[in-house]
Amino acid sequence: MISYIIRRLLYAIPILIGVNIITFILFFVVNSPDHMAISQLGEKHTTPEQIEEWKRERGYHLPLLVNETETGIEKLTETIFFQKSIKLFVFDFGNSDSGRNIGYDISNRMWPSLAIAVPNLILGLLVTITLALIIAFFRATYIDYWAVVICVALMSISALFYIIGGQFVIGKLLQVVPISGYDTGLEAIKFLILPVIIGVVGGIGSGTRWYRTIFLEEINKDYVRTARSKGLSEQLVLFRHVLRNALIPILTGVVVVLPMLFMGSLLVESFFGIPGLGSYTIDAINSQDFAIVRSMVYLGSVLYIIGLILTDISYTLVDPRIRLN
Amino acid sequence: MPFQPVILITDALFFILTALLVVFILFARKREHISRPWKKVFKRSTGAVSLVVLSTYYSIAVLDSMHFNPRLENASTEQATYSNEILSVLDVFMTPMRTQVEKTFSAPLATHLLSKVMVPQEDGSMQQVYPRLKYGGAHLENPDQDKLVDIVLLVVRGILYAAIVWLVMWAVISFIYSRKVKLTISKSISKLFSSDQEYPVCAIAITTGIIITIVSVSMVVGSYYHLFGTDKVGQDVFYQAIKSIRTGILIGTLTTIVMLPVAITLGAMAGFFRGWVDDVIQYLYTTLNSIPGVLLIAASILLVQIYMSNNEENFNSLVERADIRLLFLCLILGITSWTGLCRLLRAETFKLREMEYIQAATAFGVTKFRILVRHVMPNFMHIVLITVALDFSGLVLAEAVLSYINIGVDPATNSWGNMINQARLEMARDPVVWWSLTAAFVFMFILVLFANLFADVVRDALDPRVAGSE
Repeated sequence: MISYIIRRLLYAIPILIGVNIITFILFFVVNSPDHMAISQLGEKHTTPEQIEEWKRERGYHLPLLVNETETGIEKLTETIFFQKSIKLFVFDFGNSDSGRNIGYDISNRMWPSLAIAVPNLILGLLVTITLALIIAFFRATYIDYWAVVICVALMSISALFYIIGGQFVIGKLLQVVPISGYDTGLEAIKFLILPVIIGVVGGIGSGTRWYRTIFLEEINKDYVRTARSKGLSEQLVLFRHVLRNALIPILTGVVVVLPMLFMGSLLVESFFGIPGLGSYTIDAINSQDFAIVRSMVYLGSVLYIIGLILTDISYTLVDPRIRLN
Repeated sequence: MPFQPVILITDALFFILTALLVVFILFARKREHISRPWKKVFKRSTGAVSLVVLSTYYSIAVLDSMHFNPRLENASTEQATYSNEILSVLDVFMTPMRTQVEKTFSAPLATHLLSKVMVPQEDGSMQQVYPRLKYGGAHLENPDQDKLVDIVLLVVRGILYAAIVWLVMWAVISFIYSRKVKLTISKSISKLFSSDQEYPVCAIAITTGIIITIVSVSMVVGSYYHLFGTDKVGQDVFYQAIKSIRTGILIGTLTTIVMLPVAITLGAMAGFFRGWVDDVIQYLYTTLNSIPGVLLIAASILLVQIYMSNNEENFNSLVERADIRLLFLCLILGITSWTGLCRLLRAETFKLREMEYIQAATAFGVTKFRILVRHVMPNFMHIVLITVALDFSGLVLAEAVLSYINIGVDPATNSWGNMINQARLEMARDPVVWWSLTAAFVFMFILVLFANLFADVVRDALDPRVAGSE
């Protein structure tokens, strides 16, 4: 088991190097620091000195790969590639283009993101799995047919509609909870209710349909027929046999998104003004802060890879048939 | 010539795609093994109805992709001069709605502006009134009394036109059908609409009826009123929503066209050659996949923006600029979305290459390239088609979200995302300006819903696992 985990971790290294190279090419080769400076400072009334100053403040004045002016190891370390890309490997994100420490911002903003994402995930799972079980109970009837049609209709509604509509109806017309904002401690709860509800409702369509297919696939298996032929009631079959076995694909599907919860939701956070990592990313995109976008790209890839590894491990834990070699 | 055709890059690609579609249909018609699952799609009423709705959207997109420069009315010069303005055939059809621009917000079917304006009265004093609209309901003498009757009359007129068109259309279809089955007209009509018909003719007839009625009523009413009101700068919202169809359809289709060649070649190669080829391709898509899609799109679009602002001289007009950006968006969305299909195809090729007929081909000395093209690829095409159908709706929805984050299409392009983005702040106004949002959501919802339903039917018909169990 441990050797398997170590091997998987080693596999992750070339992928992270690849991600690093892609971001380096995207942010520094295709698009030179001069372009960034011009787009930040404005095209007109910008002197070359100002551009040089802007680049020096942010460490973009160094050469890309090899610094000829230095000697020894500094030839390689005093470059943009080392300073900006290699340091990502040890999670040293450096400063944003506006001068703030990115690592500090991330560790602060992680918590509001989690405060929304975790309840959202748990409630969403409860609601969708329950609905899917009910639909599976009524499979091949008109209830099943129309439930699937409603799920498809719910899926076809843009996430923006759920957010804007929910804000308008619950926040503005009914005035139950504040429309947007955030607070520390327990006070935050009243700001979290609406985004969590909207997140859960928005996920009902696709989630229910997905879990329904998983349940139906399971229901058609031989052991279920055996259980029924033993004379077990349909409820017992569904809850004791089908649900337990269907939990394997459900669980592994959840594990893969677990690390990504840290990243937060771009849309929900920016609409509700929650200072999480999602709105951090959106703000960075809108203000064209490449340092933050680059850090978030890297962080996202790391979390995704962790998710993949966790999925593989959870497979072995819940399904004894799988042996890792 | 009264006009000078203009072909934007996305237009060209879209027409190539349409041509490919036609070629595929002609090709499949002669081959029973390809056309059989598709016939199954049309035999399901959900499939047939969705197809009718989707083709309506598609034809609007095609009409909106035929661009031209109109000729300037200039009698003094002999030589024809053309305006720089780029119009499409759809614009010509919708001319009153395109040109009738009001001052600012007005509610759907309104005759007055939404907000009060200071207007000098006859006696010289200033008074706050709701001014009449320049175009919306301008033909009415006394809008408060006559508006309702007028609208009802216009709707009735629209329905009448629609009924005529619909009857003519189905008369022609019945006539053709009667020639085919060699029966009298009345007998063949009752046979055509009978419930034991192979295809769901009744459902198709009702759908076409509804669509023709909606089109005709909105054309008739829309030329006198603003059907969905006007936005901040007084533009007709209904016109904007219709114009956005092209963007939605293009994003959904061009993206797949961009990614298909890459996904198919790499997927087939990885599964077929295995070894180091497989390792390299797997590494490639795992790496790309691990970068969060939104961030990759954001980064690339930011770069495109900066590139375009640094090379402004390369773009002749705003429309061309917006067009290039749309193309880039499709490319980037393609890059982020090919990995899923590639993985599926790799796994399928893995299975296919162990089949007896592949072994037989190898034994006969068929080259590897030929085996791939002739024996492997045709056998995983159903996966490609299902993925294309399933991805379409997601891409249309993604466009709206990306436009909200400002990394979608150009702000000058008509798109549902831009409409939502511009209108969302107006929900805080009093009275609430809800019509821009509603129009965008309704048009998008209908397209995505029927695309989803269609994709489900296509999957059921094409997937051998599902199709075989019936």
